[in-house]
Amino acid sequence: MGRYVIRRLLQMIPVFIGATLLIFLMVNVMGDPIAGLCGDRECDPATAAQLKKEFGLDKPVWQQYLTYMGNVFTGDFGTAFNGQPVTELMATAFPVTIRLTIVAILFEIVIGITLGVVTGLRRGRPVDTGVLLLTLVVISVPTFVTGLLLQLLLGVEWGWIKPSVSSEATFGELIVPGLVLASVSLAYVTRLTRTSIAENKRSDYVRTAVAKGLPRRRVVTRHLLRNSLIPVVTFIGTDIGALMGGAIVTERIFNIHGVGFQLYQGILRQNTQTVVGFVTVLVLVFLVANLLVDLLYAVLDPRIRYA
Amino acid sequence: MRGATHAKWAACAAAAALAATACGGGGSDSGGDGGAVLSSSWGDPQNPLEPANTNEVQGGKVLDMIFRSLKKYNPETGAAEDMLAEKIETTDSQNFTITVKDGWTFSNGEKVTSKSFVTAWNFAASLKNNQKNAYFFEYIDGYTAAHPASGSQTTDVLSGLKVINDRTFTVKLKQKFSTFPDTLGYPAYAPLPQAFFTDHANWVKKPIGNGPYTIDSYTKGSQMVLKKWDGYPGDDKAENGGVTLKVYTDNNTAYTDLLAGNLDLVDDVPAAQLKNVKNDLGDRYLNTPAGIIQTLAFPFYDKKWNAPGSDKVRTGLSRAIDRKQITETIFQNTRTPATDWTSPVLGEEGGFKEGLCGDACDYDPAAAKKLIQEGGGLPGGQVKITYNADTGSHKQWVDAVCNSINNALDNDKACVGNPVGTFADFRTQIGDRKMTGPFRAGWQMDYPLIQNFLQPLYYTNASSNDGKWSNKDFDSLVDKANAETDTAKAVETFQQAEEVVRDNMAAIPLWYQNGSAGYSERLSNVKLNPFSVPVYNEIKVS
Amino acid sequence: MPEPTPEHHLPGAGRTPEEGAIADTGMGGAMDLATAEGETLEKTPGGPQGTGPSEKARSLWSDAWRDLRRNPVFIISGLVILFLVFISLWPGSITWLSPLKCDLAKAQEGSQPGHPFGFDGQGCDVYTRVVYGARTSVTVGVLATLGVALLGSVLGGLAGFFGGAGDSILSRITDIFFAIPVVLGGLVLLSVVTSNTVWPVIGFMVLLGWPQISRIARGSVITVKQNDFVQAARALGASHSRLLLRHIAPNAVAPVIVVATIALGTFISLEATLSYLGVGLKPPTVSWGIDISAASPYIRNAPHALLWPSGALALTVLAFIMLGDAVRDALDPKLR
Repeated sequence: MGRYVIRRLLQMIPVFIGATLLIFLMVNVMGDPIAGLCGDRECDPATAAQLKKEFGLDKPVWQQYLTYMGNVFTGDFGTAFNGQPVTELMATAFPVTIRLTIVAILFEIVIGITLGVVTGLRRGRPVDTGVLLLTLVVISVPTFVTGLLLQLLLGVEWGWIKPSVSSEATFGELIVPGLVLASVSLAYVTRLTRTSIAENKRSDYVRTAVAKGLPRRRVVTRHLLRNSLIPVVTFIGTDIGALMGGAIVTERIFNIHGVGFQLYQGILRQNTQTVVGFVTVLVLVFLVANLLVDLLYAVLDPRIRYA
Repeated sequence: MRGATHAKWAACAAAAALAATACGGGGSDSGGDGGAVLSSSWGDPQNPLEPANTNEVQGGKVLDMIFRSLKKYNPETGAAEDMLAEKIETTDSQNFTITVKDGWTFSNGEKVTSKSFVTAWNFAASLKNNQKNAYFFEYIDGYTAAHPASGSQTTDVLSGLKVINDRTFTVKLKQKFSTFPDTLGYPAYAPLPQAFFTDHANWVKKPIGNGPYTIDSYTKGSQMVLKKWDGYPGDDKAENGGVTLKVYTDNNTAYTDLLAGNLDLVDDVPAAQLKNVKNDLGDRYLNTPAGIIQTLAFPFYDKKWNAPGSDKVRTGLSRAIDRKQITETIFQNTRTPATDWTSPVLGEEGGFKEGLCGDACDYDPAAAKKLIQEGGGLPGGQVKITYNADTGSHKQWVDAVCNSINNALDNDKACVGNPVGTFADFRTQIGDRKMTGPFRAGWQMDYPLIQNFLQPLYYTNASSNDGKWSNKDFDSLVDKANAETDTAKAVETFQQAEEVVRDNMAAIPLWYQNGSAGYSERLSNVKLNPFSVPVYNEIKVS
Repeated sequence: MPEPTPEHHLPGAGRTPEEGAIADTGMGGAMDLATAEGETLEKTPGGPQGTGPSEKARSLWSDAWRDLRRNPVFIISGLVILFLVFISLWPGSITWLSPLKCDLAKAQEGSQPGHPFGFDGQGCDVYTRVVYGARTSVTVGVLATLGVALLGSVLGGLAGFFGGAGDSILSRITDIFFAIPVVLGGLVLLSVVTSNTVWPVIGFMVLLGWPQISRIARGSVITVKQNDFVQAARALGASHSRLLLRHIAPNAVAPVIVVATIALGTFISLEATLSYLGVGLKPPTVSWGIDISAASPYIRNAPHALLWPSGALALTVLAFIMLGDAVRDALDPKLR
């Protein structure tokens, strides 16, 4: 198990290099970032050339990449166009987004799995139909609209929350945004759990457990749920990235200055340094998340072992 | 300048000023002499806050509060008035002698002298400093030595600038430019303290200026707290205790925060909420003309759009656009149908001439159809209006314009929108001359002069002449107007040049943009200046 | 590396395989696409029993079909899907206006005679646009889902089954793909495309969407392959392909189906996001996604312009989910 983890950690090195290179190339393909810096006016050619030189954009792409990687290993992720070091942007953006992601994942786990278990045990009953309808609403109404309506109702009409999140972005402030962010994933988690539970409900080991006279609660949590969780855990693992890097809409609505916003802005302004830096960190987050998911497999299903 | 949408900032100079402060955020008033602090929505500035490097409205807002230049644009009329300038004298419209008023200091106590201006201007113009507004200094003698179009610079000072004494300096221009003094309200011309040069890194973190406010704290990407500067020597002192600028990534959130009482001032009401604004805010809503015009430019480098008769096609398209309907429905009257190529904020004396466009801007489907037919039909049978999809609500109006054209021409596919993903890509394509049809163009004035609405946009090879339109008559009229020392005559000549633009339909004028703002019950005396920036220093907080 | 350590639990055999069938039928019903997957279908029922002569499978299938024909849920959802296909092919048959004919003067107006759903922000007739939008949206949703499900489950399944270096490489590739922001991918990959058809959009969705299904399929296969019946089949000398296709795939496919059915709806919305970014489908294309995203900001003033295209999207997803449920129930031997 220890060796397995070490091997997985070592794999991060090629992934890190591959991912940075890929993103680097992608941002470069997008064209000339300097063109967007002078507003609706053409930058005068001398200044444009000077700016390119300053940001190292006049060199061939491979050389830019090598320079960048060299700097990264000394802890220098470069500078955004507004003169702010990318590491500084990361230091402000990541803590906020990590908190938001934690809130969202807690919602997925608590609400998603609970609803999944309930509907899985009561297939076809009114509860099941009700949750299905909710699921449909969540899928077909854009997050933008649900977020906006919640913001208007809770923030303005009823005054329960502040419509926007302050720059501290405490856990308390992030509850509603977290729920909005988690909403679509909730639909997935609920239905995945439901299917798994419904499927395992009639399996032999559950029957055995029931026959042994175990309390219903224990049967559901220890036997049924535990064996139904693998697809759910896998999904949540894959969702972490979507939540961290893709929270653009939620972060906009609630004015959260997190990773999604920085990435979006970096992409629109074609700020290579920002985009590559943030995406690189996200790749690392994925590597760790997926490692954890793989280790969780072995916890949930003792037959799976890692050597 | 830049288009209105990507925010340029232009304006700043003028405005605002003073003021007050407040922070609004949690509603905590921070007392002080000037009274309470107000909170206002803000956007993250794209560039460092150096005066000659700030070319969008959000950075401009701040410069407007912390700097005062030689001139200031009157927040209501837009007229350039002396601020730090005691007098600006010239006999030939080419050599100017500028006297700086006595008694002005920066907020760190340093005196504002003629040297503060000259060193700042030299810094701005010098190529090695990468200042994006360097071109503002191109009329000053010696600019090409300090900022050559190619090759390396031979000097880092402008030979046209000479310090005579502490309060006097002279400016020599490379050509006659009678309205030059009126451009000096633009923030790029602000004076800079020594600290800017000696400790640049710290200055950028927390800029020091000579305006009615000082920066108390600045957290990049989230907020800036400005306090009233009690020692401010000007007469446009802040009437509040300070301003807290809070960064919003979406103006809709700022608007919601205003409704919930978490924010005092929103200077950009989202288009989708305009219909509700009366209901939500009552009379705490401003809709004031600003020096911004939206147009559709054409690729004159493309033969299809530069053929004999294509002016008829362009005029036909102009007549197929129901400006009134679109400004009423899509923009809820925060835009006004354009009838010339300038802006109402110039005033009639300044060169705005309502109806100069004449018939060519009147909606008339029958005439439109006829003109387009006479001009040889739409090139390729379809026009694609190119715009950038990443900012503003361009999609809405482009779709509306296209629907209007389609209805007028009775052809569902005569016009379609053609979005481009990012502004940078949009600009790259324009720079590479890849446009194949009309494209979005917008202009927010740098300073309220008719010259600024015409020369940068339509003069041969001018910096914002994106369509590469070129016309000898126009160029010579502009040259003539610039050399004219009598303002009224100069304006008249510019209007003749504008008529040349009309006769060729070099660009289709769409509408004049207004500034819109909403504010909380705590505020009074809220105004927007002609650059659509709130006049912060005059705001009173209760 | 996963090492099987047989222990207690017996597999809930015979449940999941039929789920594979579900989706296939669903898609097939809608788009006449029951070809390639249809075949795996027939094989699947054999798997769980561990014996699996194909005659038996067929009889299970025909049993199921008999059941289905009597199941009102199946009939209703099938009819809805047929109806969607019908209006996708002939939108003009139930509309009388052009979706591109818009009168700004009527913008945001509500329902009125001849215009049952009212008008959107540009003054276009919402009813007409909802009907015309079906073709694009259903095509994008169904094809992207099919593509993602096929590619993802094949790659993920193989990785989970064989483990080792292949698994490591594939998993690390998915790590990288996960991290590519949709916005960046869209702006880079789609902005170079000039064609205004649905294919680049579908291709893009498959490219960025497969890693998720791949992960889920991999996880599922890793669990299933520990089961006794797999060990038994292996001991009997079953080949890899037989193990995978007959025994593992049918039991591992359930989560894939669940995710795919929901993803169908999100792909339809994603198409709108791409259009919003200026890199998706361009006008004059009409789609639910484009209309939903255009109507969203005006929710306070013209909720109807959002409600109808969203409702159409919800109905479509509902139809596919119900169809899936019905088919799975019909195929479940334990319910017999």
